[in-house]
Amino acid sequence: MRMSAYINGFRGVLLRELLRFIHQRSRLLASLVRPLLWLVVFAAGFRAALGIAIIPPYETYITYEVYIVPGLVGIIVLFNAMQSSLSMVYDREMGSMRVLLTSPLPRAYLLICKLLSGALTSLFQVFGFLLIARLFNVNPPLFGYLWVLPATLLGALMLGALGLLLSSLIRQLENFAGVMNFVVFPMFFLSSALYPLWKMREANELIYYICAANPFTHAVELIRFALYAQFNAQAFWITTITALILTGTAIISYDPGRGLLQRKR
Amino acid sequence: MKRRLLISLTSLCMTILLPHGYASGADLAYISNEKDNTLSVIDLNSFDVVNTISVGLRPRGITFSHDQKQLYICASDSDSIQVMDIASLQVISDLPSGEDPEQFALHPNGQHLYIANEDSAVVTVVDTQSREVIAQVDVGIEPEGIAVSPDGKWAVNTSETTNMLHWIDTSTFTLVDNTLVGQRPRHVEFSDDGKILWASSEIGGTVTVVDVASRKPMKIIDFKIPGVHRDRIQPVGIKLTKDGRYAFVALGPANHIAVIDRTTYEVESYLLVGRRVWHMAFAKDQQLLLTTNGVSGDVSVIDIEDLEVIKSIKVGRYPWGVAVSQK
Repeated sequence: MRMSAYINGFRGVLLRELLRFIHQRSRLLASLVRPLLWLVVFAAGFRAALGIAIIPPYETYITYEVYIVPGLVGIIVLFNAMQSSLSMVYDREMGSMRVLLTSPLPRAYLLICKLLSGALTSLFQVFGFLLIARLFNVNPPLFGYLWVLPATLLGALMLGALGLLLSSLIRQLENFAGVMNFVVFPMFFLSSALYPLWKMREANELIYYICAANPFTHAVELIRFALYAQFNAQAFWITTITALILTGTAIISYDPGRGLLQRKR
Repeated sequence: MKRRLLISLTSLCMTILLPHGYASGADLAYISNEKDNTLSVIDLNSFDVVNTISVGLRPRGITFSHDQKQLYICASDSDSIQVMDIASLQVISDLPSGEDPEQFALHPNGQHLYIANEDSAVVTVVDTQSREVIAQVDVGIEPEGIAVSPDGKWAVNTSETTNMLHWIDTSTFTLVDNTLVGQRPRHVEFSDDGKILWASSEIGGTVTVVDVASRKPMKIIDFKIPGVHRDRIQPVGIKLTKDGRYAFVALGPANHIAVIDRTTYEVESYLLVGRRVWHMAFAKDQQLLLTTNGVSGDVSVIDIEDLEVIKSIKVGRYPWGVAVSQK
């Protein structure tokens, strides 16, 4: 198959994802309002709760608002990934997925296109949020805005792959509430998004280890360091390897011959 | 065109080579660590502690001689002022100081040191050349802050318990007037033109701006930080920029520096620094402000142009005073 067919395929999937994102105004609004609520209301209430300690990548004392922003970038990406996978379940129910999958392009390629499109959509939301966060005195260095691009993209790919895998396992739209309860919230709360890990360790050693093992923590830390123009090698490798494993598993899972869903049946 | 390109490239290289983009020069900051009996020396290009020097007991106020060859150190529990030679970093002599010297100020003549003796309610004047006490002036209880006016006419001392500013005439070494201010005045600072005096009141939680000609308060500045209880706002150190734009006030356990617009006397912003911030010093030709954060044991560095805290550097236990040398 020619290269142009691949490019066309990617363009089609990306345009569909962008159109869906732009047309669903409430989703666009929610994707900004949700993290802003955390930033303005939650962070204001918890201003004094963080305690005093300087942790990398920060060079000095920071307010809770400044700490929480990379975590909120993480939640934007996480929600977007789950929305994207929710749309896969919807597509399957509505039959439009069949149209996509009957394309002569390899299925794995189509799924990666879908992943990339979802991740690129998140970048718009993340940048919108980071610009609004400047109004609340969260002013990372200008280079940080450049570095945060690849870091967010990698985090979005990892979480998108997780969403894709989940969407292959969920047969009905109704079951999606379970994903929110059992995947999204634990993943968000048991991470370094809201509190630094040392603070978790003070409270409960077991929770600390769970948080440290959570790949979402590493995606958030990768974003946090990138936002301050620094590179966190450990977070990078853990996020990359998790993204690769999840993408591989999702591709296998979507293969009708070997799919996890098939085996369940 | 080529020349312009060359200039741009050179300035780009300079930006990359000079890590913080501030004026170059081997500036060093000396920090007195009250509980470690040491001075920490910070290189202001790398922001690293490059030396730690043992000095007398409980070092607090520190200040340079005008030629910057000597550093005077209030060794409070040693009841002396130590003189450190900057070239050798050795304490070369002690000056008599009276009991428990805490803060001092060097007269513009470079010779007379005005020392507040906290425990004995006096201000001692020492001649740094002859190393003799030339006068002792009775002031209020617990004298603490002290400043000499730029024209050398006035030495003003604060007494923490009497809640007054004491005006000492430096030609006669006599107390000529008192100004009542807010509770527990800790620090005084003259404006560069000598017309205005700023005084902080730790318990009162205010800063009083005093007209030097009439010696009467002309403005009282209050502070309010969202999320910080009023009782924790305890102003101590004050620094005034030479361009007349800002006054910086260290707010103690509120862990913030207040930035005051000197034309309106309104607080422009609050900058978060380490715990229990007391004293400050300018560096890099007033591009930077350093703050000593006693409880968290570090020094925060503020970029004055951006009004942003750019770094906090760990030093010894309970950093108190700070003095900056420029080579």
